[in-house]
Amino acid sequence: MRHVALTVNGTRHELDLEPRELLVYVLRERLGLTGTNVGCDTSSCGACTVLLGGESVKSCTLLGVQADGAEITTIEGLAGDGELHPVQRAFHENHALQCGFCTPGMVMAAVSLIEHGEATDEAAIRLGLEGNLCRCTGYHNIVLAVQQAAGVMERAS
Amino acid sequence: MIPARFDYDVAESVDHAIELLGAGGGDAKLLAGGHSLIPALKLRIARPAKLVDIGRLADLSYVKDGGTHIAIGALTRHAAVAADDTLAEHCPIVSFTAGQIGDPQVRHCGTLGGTLAHGDPASDMPAVMLALGADLVARGKGGERVIPATEFFTGVFETALAPDEVLVEARVPKLAGSTGWSYVKANRRAQDWATVGVAALVHRDNGAIAGASIGLVNMGGTPLRAKAAEDALAAGSSAADAALLVTDGAEPPSDHAGSSEYRAHLAQVMARRALEQALGD
Amino acid sequence: MSATEEKTAYVGSPVKRREDQTLLTGRGTYVDNMAPVGTLSMVVVRSPYAHARVKSISLDAARTADGVVAVFSAADLQDDWKAAMPCAWPVTEDMKNPPHYPLTDVARYQGDGVAVVLADTRAHAKDAAELVEVDWEPLDAVVDVATALEDGTPLAHPDLGTNECYVWRLDTDATGQAIDEAEVVVTRRYYQPRLIPNAIEPRAVLAVPGAAGEVTLYAATQIPHILRLLVAATLGMSEAKLRVVAPDVGGGFGSKLDVYAEDLLAVALARRLGRPVKWTEERSENYVATIHGRDFVTEYTLAATKDGTITHCRAKVTAAMGAYLQLVTPGIPLLGAWIYAGPYAIPNYSVEFTGVFTNTTPTDAYRGAGRPEATYVIERTMDALAEELGMDRVELRRKNFIKEFPATIGSGLTIDSGDYVASLDKLLEHLDLDALRTEQAKRRENGGPRQLGIGFSTYNEMCGLAPSRILGAIRYAAGGWEQATIRYLPTGSVQVITGTSPHGQGHETSWAQIVADQLGCDIDAVEVLHGDTSVSHAGLDTYGSRSLPVGGVALCYAADKVIDKARQIVAHQLEVSADDLDYANGTFTVKGSPDKEMTVAAAAWAAFAAHDLPDGMEPGLEATATYDPPNFSWPGGAHAAVVEVDTETGDARLVRYVAIDDVGTVVNPLIVDGQVHGGITQGISTALYEEGTYDETGSLLTANLVTYLVPSAAELPSFELDRTESRSPTNPLGVKGVGETGTIAAAPAVINAVLDAVSHLGVKDIQMPATPERVWRAIQEAKA
Repeated sequence: MRHVALTVNGTRHELDLEPRELLVYVLRERLGLTGTNVGCDTSSCGACTVLLGGESVKSCTLLGVQADGAEITTIEGLAGDGELHPVQRAFHENHALQCGFCTPGMVMAAVSLIEHGEATDEAAIRLGLEGNLCRCTGYHNIVLAVQQAAGVMERAS
Repeated sequence: MIPARFDYDVAESVDHAIELLGAGGGDAKLLAGGHSLIPALKLRIARPAKLVDIGRLADLSYVKDGGTHIAIGALTRHAAVAADDTLAEHCPIVSFTAGQIGDPQVRHCGTLGGTLAHGDPASDMPAVMLALGADLVARGKGGERVIPATEFFTGVFETALAPDEVLVEARVPKLAGSTGWSYVKANRRAQDWATVGVAALVHRDNGAIAGASIGLVNMGGTPLRAKAAEDALAAGSSAADAALLVTDGAEPPSDHAGSSEYRAHLAQVMARRALEQALGD
Repeated sequence: MSATEEKTAYVGSPVKRREDQTLLTGRGTYVDNMAPVGTLSMVVVRSPYAHARVKSISLDAARTADGVVAVFSAADLQDDWKAAMPCAWPVTEDMKNPPHYPLTDVARYQGDGVAVVLADTRAHAKDAAELVEVDWEPLDAVVDVATALEDGTPLAHPDLGTNECYVWRLDTDATGQAIDEAEVVVTRRYYQPRLIPNAIEPRAVLAVPGAAGEVTLYAATQIPHILRLLVAATLGMSEAKLRVVAPDVGGGFGSKLDVYAEDLLAVALARRLGRPVKWTEERSENYVATIHGRDFVTEYTLAATKDGTITHCRAKVTAAMGAYLQLVTPGIPLLGAWIYAGPYAIPNYSVEFTGVFTNTTPTDAYRGAGRPEATYVIERTMDALAEELGMDRVELRRKNFIKEFPATIGSGLTIDSGDYVASLDKLLEHLDLDALRTEQAKRRENGGPRQLGIGFSTYNEMCGLAPSRILGAIRYAAGGWEQATIRYLPTGSVQVITGTSPHGQGHETSWAQIVADQLGCDIDAVEVLHGDTSVSHAGLDTYGSRSLPVGGVALCYAADKVIDKARQIVAHQLEVSADDLDYANGTFTVKGSPDKEMTVAAAAWAAFAAHDLPDGMEPGLEATATYDPPNFSWPGGAHAAVVEVDTETGDARLVRYVAIDDVGTVVNPLIVDGQVHGGITQGISTALYEEGTYDETGSLLTANLVTYLVPSAAELPSFELDRTESRSPTNPLGVKGVGETGTIAAAPAVINAVLDAVSHLGVKDIQMPATPERVWRAIQEAKA
């Protein structure tokens, strides 16, 4: 067991972790943050995407112990005071989710993409979401939503 | 999706990492970004007894102008390499290629040193380092040694690193303004490894082609230099003719992405395109 | 008169989904999110071989491993099963259905379970599973569907003496003319790849035992009602003691329309051990343990007169069942059996299906199920016939379209409505075919490596499963009705209980739209409950694009009953005859006295208080309707794909996709478009990316998401959609199914486009998916 401290959605947690515990299971099973989903075992699908120090990462491909001292944002921490984040709102308005299972990861990947200034046009958004698989939407509305959210976030900043 | 048990140590310094690796008796593995190792751990394909985490060695994350070369710290993340202005100015093939690795999430975690030390012939960056004639700096118990990229990749997932050595830096040459470059890869999905990738540099002397170097991805058990094609180009062959020679000495694998025969053909097409791009045609 | 005809406010509007808030904020209730105290993690030990006998198995080391509570082999549990795993569709009287059980001692596909481990944590269960020691005797395996019936091929079930499961035929001989005597006959042979459904949520089950023998099974399933029936029957437990809950379910596409070994194991072991048992599938495990789709070899023939009037169609299909028959495995080809003439008026009709066993993961319903297989061979062969006739591909289609509706087709069924010409015309408007042809010609002339191709697919399909009497006639074990309950609560809010079980389709929103219109209430007053057999007592769940045309229509009939009862109450309270009441938008008014009125909501309170109801009337305002559709649902449309093919590398990329669909009345255009986007994408990816392949020993080569190519946003363009609207005359909403249309239509459009891009090089055929290597080889062979 290794003692680590993680700050998740602004709350500091001290935990004793087995080194082999993947970050996604730490979030889901230790902290009860089940919004972050597991969709594959080959780091392909991106359903488990969270922000680590503000950057999108696949939480199935990090050990919990690697995140010692890190600041993590999960889907549960994105909305503030009952208000949806612009990306969440755009997903709702554009019907960019169906079953919702890929959605938390897709939203977090989109947030990172927009905040890094990389959601410049449709082609850049499509390429920027290459690491997130959705089986329901055909991505059409996801791309629309990210375009809309990028505009909103740019105007706000 | 759950690794087998392993012990875990955090290295406080490179020397500490070397010491921990030595104590692991050959059954310890370095963990940097983890984006090659952890996928293998999850499927229990890799079962090291111990991991030595060097991910916190912030002093190994840098891009520095070394005069004639650019020095890149082994722990520099792909995303940082891709966004680096010094590299963009002096060795843009490296920053461009870093932006082609994996997907954004992978690039936020994966490191330059990790992708080189993993020795995967399907990875993008090893072939670029070969084409550049980069020097790779390893540190072990006895101090540092410089391993030319041409001697670094020894087999599938095998490198010249000793079990208790740590790759600390890659030194890539500053390219002359007259040097054309290109990295092209064919893959099915953007996130996939290259079916075939080609890194090409064309050096010019007063406008005439003075030489070329070509690195190949996924055309054998290691990244390869396409010497015959390079020589042909230097001797005045057209890009199209030279590209046909890239399969000399290659042993392309067969897998879900394509047969050996198809890969050989694809490499010729991609090499021609890479050379044409590098030549600015 | 149905209430629908009186007000349409919500139906037809792009109402944003009420499901989203929960899912977007990470508060979904997917099964793996649940972990009651004391839950045991279950891991199944699976065969690495496609066909092998367990000579011996040792569980000792696993049993003593950290955290392990129990380990069982097949023999340990054999008495728990009162019946073999269920197949609900014995398509012929003599169909062979070798029994299989949740665990086995003869593995017949890679992934067949041989032991199960239960431990306190997932990690401990995984660790212990590695300690189960199996001494295997590998046996010869049959893998390839095309050669499974050849002499000397290994047998998946040696006891049967054959790999043939069944042969099923449907022949009509309308004109008496033999197919070979037609003026032009075109026969083509196609292979349709094995597909791995890849719902992004893998399967998961959690069985929670109660103190009195009852069990609650939380399952990532499309079919909570069918699962309750069949799990109870297989375990010999009272159906009334089993509650099945489908909470948020992360996609299905048919792969969660089944009764799986793990469902049965979880319930059986929860009862045995008295503790909750949870199993969550890993993705690589999903690739072997969850059903696959397609894997069809089809020889298809079209015959026509020289002027292009098609007279005959004939399909001879060999379909892989896999190692065993799952819930509806043998019926999958039959789901397309009546549409092998597509949207064309073809009088002579013949199909023959041969089901064969192979040592592979069982196949079953995957999006479209039987109909993409039909549309693919029809639309590919339409292009081939056009070429043979020297006719334009679009005009050949137009000439042969069914043009009068309702239409009784060659296969004997009746298409309710449609307008295939209108869809095609609209497609051509959007496409700007002349400009594309000009660009194509320019590129051909330039001879560069990036060639352009345009492909068409005009289609129809039958969905909305299904009229119970027809299902009975084709030997399916159950019916195809659906149930809905509408319950007015005393304060005017409305509970809607549906037997459909959504997993991404947005039923909560669409059903609320329908009911709010019917009852003239605010949409926010309507709550939709589903997916829990203790709430929704009866239903037949969600698959085959049935939810709206069957379950949605049931809502209308339940609303009619609610309004009828309310009318009696209002008439009584206002002291008028029920015939003197007009109803609109939730309010009854007295004819000739428009100031005298009473709302349905007020009637609901009166029904609750029960102070003054008509004599003999029961209190409460609630009604249930069970609707059995009189016909299938018949959507149709016209799709076109534009691809760019790199003739040097063989790489084919989709650059445009235009889809004109006719799905009858559209309840929610946002949701309908979303279904079409997703459906098209699965068809496109069948055409260009996805293919499950085995080596000759039956080991899956495309065993995970690295090697089995589910495309991302980066591989696809945005889509161009439009609609025509032919209301279905068979239901009061005028609706048809939409869940599968895109997948049914898309693959042939894309492949036809790829072929069009390289036809000038002499290429006539490319097997799906059109991988770069296949395209390159086709070009090389055409050159040679």
